[in-house]
Amino acid sequence: MNIIKAINLVHEYIKRDEDNNVSGITKALDDVSIEVKEGDFVAILGHNGSGKSTFAKHINALLSPTSGTLIVDGKDVLDPTKTLEIRKQAGMVFQNPDNQIIASVVEEDVGFGPENLGVQTEEIWKRVEKSLKTVGMTAYRHHSPNKLSGGQKQRVAIAGVVAMEPKCIILDEPTAMLDPNGRKEVIEAITELNKKKNITVILITHYMEEVINADFVYVMESGKVIMKGVPREIFSQVEELKKHRLDVPQITLLAHELKKSGLDIPDGILTREELINALLKVSQQ
Amino acid sequence: MIRDITIGQYYPMDSIIHKLDPRVKLFATLIYIIALFSCKGIVGLIVITFFLATAVKLSKIPFLYITKGLKTIVMLLLVTTIFNLFLTPGKVTFWHYGILKITDVGITNAVVMTVRLIYLIIGTSLMSLTTTPNQLTDGLEKSLSPLSKIHVPVHAIAMMMSIALRFIPILVEETDKIMKAQMARGADFESGNIIKRAKNMIPLLVPLMVSAFRRADELAMAMEARCYTATEGRSKMKPLHYEKRDKIAYVIIISFLVIVVAAGIVIPYPQ
Amino acid sequence: MSIILDKVSYLYGQGTSYEIMALKDISLKIDDNEFIGIIGHTGSGKSTLTQHLNGLIKATSGHIYVDGEDIYDDDYDMKKLRGNVGLVFQYPEHQLFETTVFDDVCFGPKNQGLDKKTVELRAFEALYNVGFPEELFYSSPFELSGGQKRRVAIAGVLAMKPKVLILDEPTAGLDPAGRDEIFDLLKKMQQELNMTIILVSHSMEDVANYVNRIIVMDKGQIMLDGKPREVFKYYRELEKMGLAAPQVTYLMHELRERNLDVDVDATTVEEAKISILKALGEI
Repeated sequence: MNIIKAINLVHEYIKRDEDNNVSGITKALDDVSIEVKEGDFVAILGHNGSGKSTFAKHINALLSPTSGTLIVDGKDVLDPTKTLEIRKQAGMVFQNPDNQIIASVVEEDVGFGPENLGVQTEEIWKRVEKSLKTVGMTAYRHHSPNKLSGGQKQRVAIAGVVAMEPKCIILDEPTAMLDPNGRKEVIEAITELNKKKNITVILITHYMEEVINADFVYVMESGKVIMKGVPREIFSQVEELKKHRLDVPQITLLAHELKKSGLDIPDGILTREELINALLKVSQQ
Repeated sequence: MIRDITIGQYYPMDSIIHKLDPRVKLFATLIYIIALFSCKGIVGLIVITFFLATAVKLSKIPFLYITKGLKTIVMLLLVTTIFNLFLTPGKVTFWHYGILKITDVGITNAVVMTVRLIYLIIGTSLMSLTTTPNQLTDGLEKSLSPLSKIHVPVHAIAMMMSIALRFIPILVEETDKIMKAQMARGADFESGNIIKRAKNMIPLLVPLMVSAFRRADELAMAMEARCYTATEGRSKMKPLHYEKRDKIAYVIIISFLVIVVAAGIVIPYPQ
Repeated sequence: MSIILDKVSYLYGQGTSYEIMALKDISLKIDDNEFIGIIGHTGSGKSTLTQHLNGLIKATSGHIYVDGEDIYDDDYDMKKLRGNVGLVFQYPEHQLFETTVFDDVCFGPKNQGLDKKTVELRAFEALYNVGFPEELFYSSPFELSGGQKRRVAIAGVLAMKPKVLILDEPTAGLDPAGRDEIFDLLKKMQQELNMTIILVSHSMEDVANYVNRIIVMDKGQIMLDGKPREVFKYYRELEKMGLAAPQVTYLMHELRERNLDVDVDATTVEEAKISILKALGEI
């Protein structure tokens, strides 16, 4: 079953000049159709300004489409009576870890979402406990968020969403402001959620290496979906990716360059192991 | 220096003071301030000192950590002390030069005012160090909730306060960073007369404002995404209800005020 | 312009309960026209080190000599030092404050006490050097895209005509296209303007492609210092510090272990390609 179904989604930003006259219209989303199956790990790639974040905010009903339809967990985002229900089912984690933590103590922040939903006190504590455990932050429950590293803050933010028990989590460039260790922590936490708790994950990012394990990848540019497929299909089109100035992981790029130089190796190599095996095969021939 | 502000900083610790209901602590702080400024005579002051010392001891927070907050008001302390010391007329004058004089009343006033200010800072710091901003706002919200009947947006105010408290340390850090960045571009925040200095602050204040607005915007969105609606129907993770210890604390606090006031009536010396 | 650090140590929060040795006995020589990457994870002391180089932080002990002069001498001209050693902070666009891009870039040279004409000339030059489009010179810096804001902020420091330019995580938060643009720009500045560029980063792969020298920091100390290929030889040690060598380095080592005669010191895709083709007898 598709938990998210976007059909021909358009979102226009209207620019106004000083006299409040329309001076231009930017299409942040231009005829976007994206489907996400329940339980999947879907990645949306693209540069800043490609429309990927705008799309993410639509799923959470923070923005409304100018035209087109978006169904989240069977509910139309345009129906204002369903807004809260949608936000409960599709939680969202943002880029800047500082600007999404509301409380001054980790556990209180995790409890903020359930409090808003009116969950019973005892149940809140249970959920906070569970969510902190899922992201491995139980030891820090009484800490101030200000004293945590970027990766830890982001994990707290994820726990805050998990505590609302959503079916789906949308992460809008959660690793863009983190160092490599922080990025690893966050990606591991997300993968765990997807695999163990079976929560649908939509990861918005511009780091290619984070999407290698995704079930499906969409690439966006200028408000349009320009490529889609499983990671291997996407990464086998190195020239196309380079044309759009997207990062190709070093190993995939090297494999592609070697193939171009005449070596007989397959397309879309993703890991070191794959490349080594391919090269050993060539050397034995 | 700005890093030394202790107000709005929580110091996690497992103590009886930490566990008290925030309403008790708010009430205690209020009573403490009243006692501090209405007390007359040395006995009252001793009682207050004892009360404060006990509270500090029970909180298990290192005393030196609490006094960090004093650093920020050193100037204010000095000015108050000097004004009181040199400008108060009295019965016995020990020394004078022009309008400056040291008198018996001056000395007592200087000492009492300085002690009061120091106690005030320590007392209020103790409250904020032992109470998370969330508990504090919960306490305020609950204590002031009768006001919402006359359409005072108590919940919104409480929420704003707790967010402000959370972002103070972040903005302090940011100020430090922007200051350094502008200094690397040759900015000078220290020399010149007052007008020039104020003008020199623009490269610091504009980026700070821009950043504060950006943060506010993002935070609002993050809260909305987590189903915050600012209306009824919220539940509480840590609902407030009085325990036995809270009731005992109320009794202690009220007796404390009575003792201080009585001491002032019975032994109003010196002053 | 040479910079020499002689046993520089820095205690953070001296006298408080959280006293930390942020820098421990750092000795270092930086020569003219180098392109250096300082690498370490968060809290390794790399940012603290860079702030010492232009006097924003004063060492607890040790000396720093710039062109042979001790910058901690009482009569040393700090203002001149800040002009000579430019420092671009992380997310430098957060320091923009003027109403137009051009005015903002003028701020640095104006503080140097130059006359109006020179100030404007320098601002123009700096914006030109960072490749900022002329038609946007007089627009508000707050309306630009992330990558362009960053260029403006870099120009703001460049306009002071520093001989050494230090950048703290210059590509943080940018997308890959923006990142490549900034790195290309820095390479160009180092080559054409004969500047020394020092960049602080936690990404090995990014840095390996551009710099000639890598300094690896961990726990306030310099652990490795040398050409990229020399530094990446110690990929196992790097891993222990929570850093990683480029993927290519790992690949080459694993190929060697499986008896393929490749050059294990290759650090870029280009070098690896040539070495693999050679090993397979294709060229």
